[in-house]
Amino acid sequence: MSAVGNVMRRSFVPRRGGGVPVGLFVAIFAAMILIAIFAPLIAPYDPDRQNLLGRLKAPGTEARDVFYLLGSDELGRDLLSRVIYGARISLSVAILSVLLSGCVGTALGMLAGYLRGWVGIVVMRLVDIFLSIPAILLAIIMVAVLGPGFVNVVFVLALTRWPRYARVAYGQTLSVAEQPYVRLARAMGAGPGRVLFRHILPNIIAPLSVVATLEFGLMVLFEAGLSFLGLGVQPPMASWGAMLSVGRNYVSNAWWIATFPGICLFLLVLSVNLIGDRLSDYLNPKSR
Amino acid sequence: MPLFLLKRLGQALVAIFGVMTLVFFIQRLTGDPTYLLVPETATQEDIEAMRASLGLDQPLLVQYVAYLWDMVRLDFGRSYVQNVAVTEIIASRLPYTLQLAGGALLVAIVVGLPVGLALAIWRRHRGTNLLMGLVLGAQSMPTFWSGILMIMIFGVWLGWLPPSGSGSLAHLVMPSIALGLLSMATYARIARSSVLDELSKDYIRSARARGVGTGRMVRTHLLRNSLIPVISISALEISQLLAGAVIVETVFAWPGLGQLTVQSVQSRDFVVVQGIVLLGAFVTISVNLIADILYSVVDPRIRKGDGP
Repeated sequence: MSAVGNVMRRSFVPRRGGGVPVGLFVAIFAAMILIAIFAPLIAPYDPDRQNLLGRLKAPGTEARDVFYLLGSDELGRDLLSRVIYGARISLSVAILSVLLSGCVGTALGMLAGYLRGWVGIVVMRLVDIFLSIPAILLAIIMVAVLGPGFVNVVFVLALTRWPRYARVAYGQTLSVAEQPYVRLARAMGAGPGRVLFRHILPNIIAPLSVVATLEFGLMVLFEAGLSFLGLGVQPPMASWGAMLSVGRNYVSNAWWIATFPGICLFLLVLSVNLIGDRLSDYLNPKSR
Repeated sequence: MPLFLLKRLGQALVAIFGVMTLVFFIQRLTGDPTYLLVPETATQEDIEAMRASLGLDQPLLVQYVAYLWDMVRLDFGRSYVQNVAVTEIIASRLPYTLQLAGGALLVAIVVGLPVGLALAIWRRHRGTNLLMGLVLGAQSMPTFWSGILMIMIFGVWLGWLPPSGSGSLAHLVMPSIALGLLSMATYARIARSSVLDELSKDYIRSARARGVGTGRMVRTHLLRNSLIPVISISALEISQLLAGAVIVETVFAWPGLGQLTVQSVQSRDFVVVQGIVLLGAFVTISVNLIADILYSVVDPRIRKGDGP
């Protein structure tokens, strides 16, 4: 997008988390994935079951044979079960949108870097244009056109974020494509498909995976943000962002509704960011 | 220098033109944008009438040229929900968002820079790890959650600050902190690495060897030299803050552009959403342009290098 942006990002590669026990956060992340997969086995109750006599119950109370370990929400649904099912939404939206934007962005960036010429110009200008609209605004205007919902959120996030991968893939491909072994492969008659997938892709996958990890945390926040604004996953699906939005309205008499989904969101994003940082340090020793 | 400037200006203009084109095509993602503009209760006749009056029954190319011509004349259309010009609606909300962004920038700089400096100077200290952990935490904190937590603690339990709304300086405190928290972490990290870079240079070592104390060294040598990257990152942070305002304003019921965006999506006032998105892109592009120009003044190498 700008020379400053690039210079900044390169010379200030995150060096956070000096003495942080990364193992702990890997464990948190793994636990969240397991919770999401086995949600139906772990959750004590149906996350959508309403219990109008048990509305806004404090954590640790019982109402109508239901024990609310983390309390209940405004419709008497068990908060613990909803938080557990919420992990499914957060993780699946993040995984799907990272995969989709990563594949599209990488493919376009590699093509631009390999073919250069007008393809390169068109793709990279498109990247500039997408990146000059603040991401959350771009996502909101697309949701405004397409409407909210799980599938649309994934689609919108992928469409908003592919330029990040395209830019990295482009730069990496440019430098790798000039390597002697790639030139040799081409001279020996390898077609563009073979050169791109067999020779270039394996050599640029490391920096792309760092981008993907850092984007993963961002996607979790974006999904939660859109759902918080009522533009993401729609009720009654249990999204942490949507639960926070309900909690915002009951902030004076039911603190637990906003607190527990918030903690989960925070821990998930924190652990993903830390893993991403450590991954980037590991794959790129020069950045210290 | 002039060549670099002209080229950069040209890039910015291409980007603005591109953003307008992109928004035009986003409108047509579902095929017919008429449905975005009419109220939900509209009859088929209303829709037909609207389509004809907006020229949406014309060929796509004609529509596109007409749209660009409107944009060039800074005519962003009228809101069908409120029946007011979009520019007027945006102008009435803009001051609130600027106040909020200003407050957030103040929080970010006033807290972030000293924290970054401390992290660099006392990098071998035990407490520094804890501080670094806090900075890291601030960075992974969803703004809507930190906002809600503050409302809960300072607004509801302690009752020190009004929980939401606008009207006084006290109303501005919590939204500014919530919005500024992320930028604060960015500033702290950039100040830290910038100061660390300076600390490893020869002039600092010789100053130390001459017996210059830490306080004086920071005041006379370090601050000036390590401020350059901090100043230029400010430009980039401004567009971040404007985007972050969407969520923070919703949390605190702050009547700025962010709240307007969400309200407009909910009331299906698409013309307003489009105006805000274009404004956001315009601010981002110009702020980047200014940052690049400032940076090239400071660092001549940028002028020669040809960024992608």
